[in-house]
Amino acid sequence: MKKMKLVMVGNGMAGVRTLEELLKIAPDMYDITVFGAEPHANYNRILLSPVLAGEQTIKDIMLNDVDWYEENHIKLHLSKKISKIDRKNRLVIAEDGTTESYDRLLLATGSNPFILPVPGKDLKGVIGYRDIYDTNYMIEAATKHKHAVVIGGGLLGLEAANGLKLRGMDVTVVHLMPWLMERQLDKTAADLLQKSLEAKGINFLLQKNTEALIGDDAGHVKSIRFKDGIEIPAELVVMAVGIRPNTELAESAGIHCNRGIVVNDTMQTYDPRVYSVGECVSHRGIAYGLVAPLFEQGKVCANHLAEFGIGRYEGSVTSTKLKVTGVDLFSAGNFMGGEGCEEITLSDPIGGVYKRLVLKDNKLVGACLYGDTVDGSWYFKLLREGKNVTEIRDQLMFGESNLGDTGHEGQNKAATMADNAEVCGCNGVNKGTICKAIKDKGLFTLDEVRKHTKASASCGSCTGLVEQILMFTAGGDYSAAPQKKAMCGCTDASHADARKAIRDHHWLTSKQVFEGLGWRTPNGCSSCRPAINYYLISTWPKEAKDDPQSRFINERAHANIQKDGTYSVVPRMWGGLTTPAELRRIADVAEKYNVPTVKVTGGQRIDLLGIKKEDLQNVWKDLDMPSGHAYGKSIRTVKTCVGSEHCRFGTQESMKLGVKLEKMLFGMYSPHKVKLAVSGCPRNCAEAGIKDVGVIGVDSGYELYVAGNGGIKTEVAEFLCKVKTQEEVMEYSAAFLQLYREEAWYLDRTVHYVQRVGLDYIKQRIVDDEANRKALYERMLFDLEGAPDPWKELDKASVDRKQFEIIPI
Amino acid sequence: MSNWIPICKVDDVPVLGARVVRRDHGDDIAIFRNADNEVFALLDKCPHKGGPLSQGIVHGKRVACPLHNWNIEMENGCAVAPDEGCVQKFAIKLEGNQVFLDKTEVAA
Repeated sequence: MKKMKLVMVGNGMAGVRTLEELLKIAPDMYDITVFGAEPHANYNRILLSPVLAGEQTIKDIMLNDVDWYEENHIKLHLSKKISKIDRKNRLVIAEDGTTESYDRLLLATGSNPFILPVPGKDLKGVIGYRDIYDTNYMIEAATKHKHAVVIGGGLLGLEAANGLKLRGMDVTVVHLMPWLMERQLDKTAADLLQKSLEAKGINFLLQKNTEALIGDDAGHVKSIRFKDGIEIPAELVVMAVGIRPNTELAESAGIHCNRGIVVNDTMQTYDPRVYSVGECVSHRGIAYGLVAPLFEQGKVCANHLAEFGIGRYEGSVTSTKLKVTGVDLFSAGNFMGGEGCEEITLSDPIGGVYKRLVLKDNKLVGACLYGDTVDGSWYFKLLREGKNVTEIRDQLMFGESNLGDTGHEGQNKAATMADNAEVCGCNGVNKGTICKAIKDKGLFTLDEVRKHTKASASCGSCTGLVEQILMFTAGGDYSAAPQKKAMCGCTDASHADARKAIRDHHWLTSKQVFEGLGWRTPNGCSSCRPAINYYLISTWPKEAKDDPQSRFINERAHANIQKDGTYSVVPRMWGGLTTPAELRRIADVAEKYNVPTVKVTGGQRIDLLGIKKEDLQNVWKDLDMPSGHAYGKSIRTVKTCVGSEHCRFGTQESMKLGVKLEKMLFGMYSPHKVKLAVSGCPRNCAEAGIKDVGVIGVDSGYELYVAGNGGIKTEVAEFLCKVKTQEEVMEYSAAFLQLYREEAWYLDRTVHYVQRVGLDYIKQRIVDDEANRKALYERMLFDLEGAPDPWKELDKASVDRKQFEIIPI
Repeated sequence: MSNWIPICKVDDVPVLGARVVRRDHGDDIAIFRNADNEVFALLDKCPHKGGPLSQGIVHGKRVACPLHNWNIEMENGCAVAPDEGCVQKFAIKLEGNQVFLDKTEVAA
């Protein structure tokens, strides 16, 4: 079959990203031709400022060199500006007469800097700030001239001023408004910013209206005059007062434009053969100028060019980060507030920290941070998700990292970290390694950084730091992720989509899910398949069949794999109670199988480490104890203190209650591991405050706490309610855990689930709604009724016995 | 004399699963079977930190190492980018339901 022809006009970041996405999903569909007006291949326009500042070179910021086009069989025309589109005959014609025909046309013409219509605007030495040419012009000018004036105190203007200052020029920033970056910052933050830039030697003239640029005899600019009559010298004038979508070509071809080339949610223009992405586009009335939304557009556009027909671009919320070395600044959303808004402010002008959060209807709607931006991405996430923040309001200002983060020495300012400082404590990745990977491999997203460097890819506690480094190194706004996150690379469906579809369609097999939701892979991957398997069996218990091959090895072998390929075995000790006979058997097993390490666990039981897989079945038999499920996304332990049975302070029988809870929940699979604790008095020796469900006995009954976590990030459990009897403890605990099992995303602990839905919701469903609580409790009991012990009833638990047999040669 | 050693039946290997073959000398060999009933053999040792690939999740033509989730192409034993590294791959012969390994390769 003859390939279709795709022509792209414009060779910038958004356009080329679209081609990359297209090549990923439909590599052989099109013959692709690209026209670029500049003489360069695709480079990272956002990083022109570091180039100007001398921190990077043009070579550093190339994203796709000429070889890339060749390798992908893309015909590349550089330095050729398209002057005409003949839509009737489907041709594009360049200024030099080069003509190409197309079946699909992609307009990615970007934007032009806005040039103030003042006398003298055409003088030599007056430029916009947009491309490599402008950047080189400024670098060149800095070697010859002394006085530079930057018109415009926005992001780009300040970055230009910073660069020119570092290149040795006397720089004055002229701004019409009363404070800098008025669209991104409030006055207090802007004043702090101005002060720190003044300390770098940059001058500011605010509320100045330019009247004219004055030239010398050779037609070169020599000064700038304002409406108030003041005139200052200027041999270089940089106009950075904004950008305008470049729609000239589209308009001349009669394609509908309105402050940008108008597209629908599939990035299609009014001509169905013509698509458009990037800064030239007007989508739902908005033209975006930041990289993340544009990449999002590119992804959607590629999907439709590939005729997959799924995915819509629905607009983005954007945030801002200034790339001036040594200045940490972040803003997003409506940070100015206004009617109906409430504000939380933290101001430490001496320490150089200022934070302002704007709330409306109990939701975060804006954030403006100066000096300490570590929580920028967290605020941005809250803002995008439109989450109710009532419960965390009192801690909101102190950010996500104020409680118990571990693994990176409590660092929270990536900008001030040394290159050899460790960012990711799990994988031993330092800041320099991350920066280098971002630059060398052209990474833009957190996922890409995780894949390449493994930073924040394990426990995730350093995610905020990695995001900061990414912002600073790759520039722009990388994180305007869609509200809906795909489960993994196999699909565009989110966890919510999958759960809903399984319920709505009564799907019982992974195959139905993969086919029904259009998975791109035949049988998923190690990330989505276990999730789908869990969703199936938790949504349709006793109907959907558990698939062992969709489970991680631990849940297939019913033991915990260790780094050397051996396994650890933890027999269950109900409530942490054991007997001399059990201990004797454990000791015998340890000797018989030469177990190298015997360890007491944090969950009040005994771990036998270093057992060979082929010995597992015999070990279980010899132990003759129930599986401890220490290996599963399942019920782990119910930790207990001694309680009133022995303790002189105890008010309730914590051991007895713990054993009852553990027996009730035996065999329970869940989105992640589940740990409980029961303490017999408020001294809380069982540490119930950091468990998924914590019970604290008091003289008058039991306090129930939920969603605590002692792991990566220490989270204190929240008070759910107080009940009078042990039967109520059982019912409420089971109902809460059943709700979690039915609604949480796979691999979310209870804390993540409760943070997502809110404690109020949990209380409504469990505490206030008795009928619902009882129904949840019933469903839990139904699901767990007759749950087999995988160590004793291997066949009933569908344990594959062959896996324990080694094939000899 | 034939250079192929009979190892096991295809049906002995679970679909989307693996079996371990132990030699007199050298590391174990993992035999995989995917959803299309294709059979692959790799050294049971992830190029990353030596994890037993036989214990991983098999998907498509790849297996994910159980230790740190590196994905290995079962056809050539190489890690999926951006991870780098390859593990030895073994030739497989199928005769009906019977799986064979190459004697010289196994002995080497």
